[in-house]
Amino acid sequence: MQAFLANFFNLDILAVVWPQLLAGLFVTLKLTLVVVPLGMSAGLLIACAHSFRKRALNFALISYVDFFRAFPPLVLLVFVYYALPFVGIELETFSAVVLALTINTSSFFAEVFRAGIESIPRGQIEASRSTGLSHTQTLRSVILPQAVRRMMPDVVSNVLETIKLTSLASVVTLPELLRMARMAQGNTFNATPLIAAALIYLALLWPIVRLLSRMEKEQMAAH
Amino acid sequence: MNTIVDNFLNPEILVKYGPSIAIGMLETVRLSVLVLATGFFFGLVMASIRAFRNRYVNFFIVVFADIFRALPPLVLIVVMYFGLPMLGVRLSGFAVAWITLGCVMTAFTEEVLWAGMKSIPKGQWDAARSTGLTFTESLAFVILPQAVRIVVPPLTSRVVATVKNTALASTVAVPEMLSRAGEALAEGANTTPLTMAAVGYLVLLLPLVIFTRHLEKRYAWSVH
Repeated sequence: MQAFLANFFNLDILAVVWPQLLAGLFVTLKLTLVVVPLGMSAGLLIACAHSFRKRALNFALISYVDFFRAFPPLVLLVFVYYALPFVGIELETFSAVVLALTINTSSFFAEVFRAGIESIPRGQIEASRSTGLSHTQTLRSVILPQAVRRMMPDVVSNVLETIKLTSLASVVTLPELLRMARMAQGNTFNATPLIAAALIYLALLWPIVRLLSRMEKEQMAAH
Repeated sequence: MNTIVDNFLNPEILVKYGPSIAIGMLETVRLSVLVLATGFFFGLVMASIRAFRNRYVNFFIVVFADIFRALPPLVLIVVMYFGLPMLGVRLSGFAVAWITLGCVMTAFTEEVLWAGMKSIPKGQWDAARSTGLTFTESLAFVILPQAVRIVVPPLTSRVVATVKNTALASTVAVPEMLSRAGEALAEGANTTPLTMAAVGYLVLLLPLVIFTRHLEKRYAWSVH
């Protein structure tokens, strides 16, 4: 028990590495605040473009979405980070991570928004168009406001998954929370930094999981 | 154009590293199958236990499911692989990946199945019990078969996510597809192996992704 506490919950070590972990958490949050809005906007753009029902365009959009839903994000990240320099495109680590994660999450958000838009009966679009609204106005003022309620659980679920994804950045040495914890563990020969990082992730993400469970329950009750 | 072909689809590199990537793909499949089987089995067991609605037992199930849904799988893998040896427990990378991803899959399967079971109308339980079936029999023969149908679409998405997560095993020295591609990339100073691995993942997962799209169409949100 003593050995367990000394190796996993060592407060002296925690005090030493705490500033490093906080710096890592800061990078994780920064990454989240950049990737989530970017991925969400790109996804919304794709879903709105899809609602115009242009055949060739929709084929291209669906292909993009399915391709990147099937592509492991870590493979994509390694590609962007290690492969692009071979063709002369050299991105700085943070930008490479942002690019890879945005591509990945945009496809998931696009799918959520598309399903949400299509869940609103077609007659609504026809009715709004017949009042003289353009397709874009219809989307913005009639369809999306109704779709938002239904999409919320899936949107929250995607935000959760995106924050979890930021930990992949540690593989390409971006000094986010997991990477800092690994380095601190290497320096101190002690697992406390890893446990502390896991607890920080849990503190950050558990409330979102709880919120998600509640939303899913409410949605099921509404049906 | 030539630099692109040379760097991403170099025939020499294709031939040289193709076999290694193929072996890596088998390892990816092996890990995926083990993780999925483990996750389905324990997820089903946990959801069934939860149906008995024992408050104390269910508290632990919910905590387990929450933790493994909240924590990034890479964090779990790293904590287990680099943390446990400090207690004198040294597991192989493969075992660590199997256990952690198995726990994650268990958590998601349990949550999805439980939601499916709860969406079966209460009358089904009453009807089943009134024909003389015991609680366990009602669960096994009446409720679960209906619940499984409902949960096919979300569970298929989870299967895709799980297979993608096996790529994380490359960080703890499991010789699966991504890690073999990474080694070949460093050795040959060429990105063709990475292209091969990417194609390998797409071959495994694209059919599943397209399948979920069709499922979603079939089970589409009810049009009111």
